[in-house]
Amino acid sequence: MTSSEDPKKAKISRYIDENLKKVFSDFESDDMPDQILDLLAVLRAQDETSKGAK
Amino acid sequence: MNSNTPPTVDPKDELLTHLPALRAFALSLTRNRATADDMMQDTVLKAWTNMDKFQTGTNMRAWLFTILRNNFYSSRRKLNREVADVDNAFSDQLSVKPEHDGRLQMMDFKVAFAQLPDEQREALILVGANGFAYEEAAQMCGVATGTIKSRVNRARAKLTELLQLDDDEALELTDTATVAIVGRPGLPS
Repeated sequence: MTSSEDPKKAKISRYIDENLKKVFSDFESDDMPDQILDLLAVLRAQDETSKGAK
Repeated sequence: MNSNTPPTVDPKDELLTHLPALRAFALSLTRNRATADDMMQDTVLKAWTNMDKFQTGTNMRAWLFTILRNNFYSSRRKLNREVADVDNAFSDQLSVKPEHDGRLQMMDFKVAFAQLPDEQREALILVGANGFAYEEAAQMCGVATGTIKSRVNRARAKLTELLQLDDDEALELTDTATVAIVGRPGLPS
């Protein structure tokens, strides 16, 4: 991807990507919001109910 | 069944493993926690109820990201503007006293990143942070591969300008601070 770039540009690109990964990783480690956990619980319960009805 | 065949994972169980990344993608795209959580809720509901449409063996993370970004741009079109109600997603730590220069540098980076247009931010997060190939990112965004390359290049150029990375001294200082925060990023000295 950066092989044809000059070394300085490649260095900047790597710096940006490393920071992006750090930002993304920070967001990934956030606690999952309650509204998502609640939704998953409802969806799981619905699946169980429909399995039981079959 | 061949003994070498990997055990089949329930796609709904696999979905759960992608939720942290899905939320990170939502936060990156919306820059707003409340909007990100709404987008994520819609995405999970849509994916769960349409799981029969997911093609086993394909990339579920790409599938989930595609649903979420389509939802995001659809909402943006309805509002006829960029979703620009940026709040706390990139600035939560501003209220915390920086422990050292590295944190300030990271905050500068987050602030600059949040200023990129949605499409450029999206392209950069898919290719730069998630490691999707340009072709995969293009497919997810429904555009040509060249368009994604162009968006990534323009995003990098804008960040370079905003963070003044073209200045050799600034980049050296930034390197030192970044290494302190993220460890050795593998930069040549």
